[in-house]
Amino acid sequence: MKKISAVLLALVFALLPLNCALAAGDADIEALRGTKLYVYNWGEYISDGEDDALDVNAEFEKRYGIKVIYDTYDNNEVMYSKLKSGGVSYDVVIPSDYMIERMIAEDMLEKIDYKNIPNFKYIPEKYRNLSFDPANEYSVPYTVSYVGLIYNTKMVKEAPVSWKALWDTDYENQILMFNNPRDAFAIAQSILGMDYNMESDVAWRAAAALLKEQKIVNPVYVNDEVFLKMESGEAALAPYYAGDYFLMKENNEDLAFVYPKEGVNYFVDAACILKGSKNKRAAELYINFLNEPDIALANAEYICYGSPNEAVYTNPDYELYQNEVLYPEEGAFKTQLFRNLSPESLALMSTLWDDVKNYIPAGNSYAALFFGGEDNIPGADAEKMTAETVKYAIYIGIFLLLVIAFLVFRFLRKRYRENV
Amino acid sequence: MNRRSAVTSRIVSSPYIVWAALFIIAPLFFVVYYSFTDSAGGFTLLNIQTLPKYLPTFLRSIWFGIVATIICLIIAFPLAYFISQKSEKAQRTFVLLVMLPMWMSFLIRTYSWMALLQDTGIINSFLGKIGIDPIHMINTGGAVILGMVYNFLPYMILPIYSVMAKLDYSMVEACQDLGGNGFNVIRLCIIPMSIPGVVSGITMVFVPSVSTFYISQKLGGGSFDLIGDVIERQFQQSYNYNLGAALSLVLMVLIVISMAIMNHFSEGEGEMVI
Repeated sequence: MKKISAVLLALVFALLPLNCALAAGDADIEALRGTKLYVYNWGEYISDGEDDALDVNAEFEKRYGIKVIYDTYDNNEVMYSKLKSGGVSYDVVIPSDYMIERMIAEDMLEKIDYKNIPNFKYIPEKYRNLSFDPANEYSVPYTVSYVGLIYNTKMVKEAPVSWKALWDTDYENQILMFNNPRDAFAIAQSILGMDYNMESDVAWRAAAALLKEQKIVNPVYVNDEVFLKMESGEAALAPYYAGDYFLMKENNEDLAFVYPKEGVNYFVDAACILKGSKNKRAAELYINFLNEPDIALANAEYICYGSPNEAVYTNPDYELYQNEVLYPEEGAFKTQLFRNLSPESLALMSTLWDDVKNYIPAGNSYAALFFGGEDNIPGADAEKMTAETVKYAIYIGIFLLLVIAFLVFRFLRKRYRENV
Repeated sequence: MNRRSAVTSRIVSSPYIVWAALFIIAPLFFVVYYSFTDSAGGFTLLNIQTLPKYLPTFLRSIWFGIVATIICLIIAFPLAYFISQKSEKAQRTFVLLVMLPMWMSFLIRTYSWMALLQDTGIINSFLGKIGIDPIHMINTGGAVILGMVYNFLPYMILPIYSVMAKLDYSMVEACQDLGGNGFNVIRLCIIPMSIPGVVSGITMVFVPSVSTFYISQKLGGGSFDLIGDVIERQFQQSYNYNLGAALSLVLMVLIVISMAIMNHFSEGEGEMVI
C-alpha cells in the first residue's frame, strides 16, 4: 500500500512544477528561493523517507527551493525551555494544545495570515477555534489523538475497561506509567472524575495522593522505553498515546488498546509560527504544504496519529481509514483537552510530582525495594519515607564514622611511631 | 630574559584563562545567582527553604554513590594490580580492553542493560532455559548500583593502574628482603604507594555516581529518584531554574567537601610513604 501511494505521489510531483506555478503563482514565493526555514518538531513526527515513505522536507525543498533546517524535541516542556532560554530561533514549531495557549499568553507566537494557507479549508469546523486558540489566529492543527490504555492480551486476565487496572496489585511490577507529571496526573484526575484543568490545591493534592497509592504496584515510570517494554512482553499495561500503539503492535501482535471509561485526554498538536520569525512567508508556505492532501496523507500514514485533515481521513485509500482507535465515534467516551495552568498550579504540580516520585508505600519494605523481593506487610500503613531517610542517614553516618576512626587511628599510630 | 618568559607564559596561558573564566567560573556565579532569586529575578530564600524536602533523595544518592564507589574499588584494585604485573604488550591490550566500552555511547550501554536485566530479558530467559526461576532484577536499587559500577569502573581502574605501572619495584624488593610475606608486601608497600591513584579513582567514580540521572531512570524504572533526576526535572520539565540551581549548589558543596576530605587522605598517605 505504502509503495503504491509512493508511486502515485511521485507521479503527482512529476506534474507539480506545472500546476504549482499556477496555484501559487506569486512572485513573492519565487523570491523565497534560496532562503532558509527553521522547523522545530517532535521526534519521529514527520514522514522522513524511511521505508519508501515520502520525505516531506526534501519534497518541500524541491518544490520551493527553500532549505528546511529541521530539529526535534521529545516533549513540550523541553521545547518551551529551549525557546525561553534564548539562543535559538525557529520559524515553525508544532506544540500541543496547552502549550500553544501558554505561548500565546506569553506572546511567543506570531499571528498566521490565513490568506497564505488556502489548505486550511481541509480542517473541518470541529478542529477549528479550539479552546487553546479560540479565534484560531495562531495555529493550524497537525495531529489529533487520545491517550489510552495499551495492554498485553496474553498477560492480563480480562480486558481492562478502567484506568483502575493500573492500580491492580495482580500486575505488580508489570505496570508502566507516564514519566511526566501532566499525563500522569490526568489519569488520576480521570479516576477521581475531576477536570484536568482545575485550579484547586485540594484537587491536585487528591490526585497526587492517588498517584502515591499506585506505588503499591511498583509502577515503572517510562518515556520512550514504553516501546521496548511493551513489545518485549516485559510489561502488561501502559497508558500511552493512541498513535504509538500501532507502532508497538507491528512488533507484538498480542497488544490491544482500550479507551478507559473514566475518560481520556484528547490532544491536538498544531503548527504555529514563532514571534521573531525571519521567514514568515516561508513558514506559512510550509504549514500550507503540510496540509496538501497528499503530504498530509504521507504524514498521517507515517506517524499513525489521527489527522485533522478532511482530505486524509475521508480518503478510503488511507491505511488507517475509519480506524476505530484513531477515529472513534464522537461521544463514545469522555474526552478533555489540557489547558494552560496558572504558574501557581504548575509549580504545585511539579512539587507534588517530586513527592509522588519519592514516595515509598507502606508494606514495601526497604529490602524489598532494594533487592526486589516480596515481603509486603499487610496492614502497615505508615509512610515509610522517614524510615527510609533515617536508614540512609544511619548508613552514611556509620560510613563516615568508620572513615574518621580510620583517620584518627592512622594519626595516632603515626605519632606513636615518631615517638618510639 | 626572565621577564620575557613571564610575558610569553602569560600570552600562552591567556586563552585557557579566558576559557576558564567564561565557561567554568561564570556558570558557577549563575548557579549561585539563580539559587537565591525567584523567577522574576528578585532575591529570595524560598529555594533554599524547600531543599529539606529533598533530603531523602540526597541521602539516597550519596548512599548509592558510596556503595558504587566501594564496589568499584574492590573490583578495580586487584584488577589494576593484575594488569600492572603483565608484560608491557599485555598491559597495553588490557588497558585497551578496559577502555573499549567507553568508545560506545554511555546512553546506549545503559539502555542495553535494560534489555539484559528485564524479567523477559536475556539473562532471565537463559536462566529459564537451564531451569532456574527468573530473578527480578530490573527496577531495583541493585540494578541502579550495577549500572553505576559498570559505567564508572574504568575511571577507577585507569588511575590506579597508571600509578601501579610506575611503582618503584626496588621498594617491593626491599620489603621482601626485610622478610615481608606476600600479604605484608601488599599491605605495607603496594597499597600505600598506590594511594594517589586510589584517591583520584574514588573521586572520579563518586562524583559522577552521586550526580547521575540517566542510569536511575532507565535501570531504576523511575522509582529511585536520585538528585540528578530531580535537578534534570527542574530544568527540563518544570522550567524552575531557581530550584534546580539551588539543588545543584548543594550538590556542588557536597562534592567539594568530599573532595577536600579525599585530598587530606592522600596528603597524609604521601607522608607515610616517604
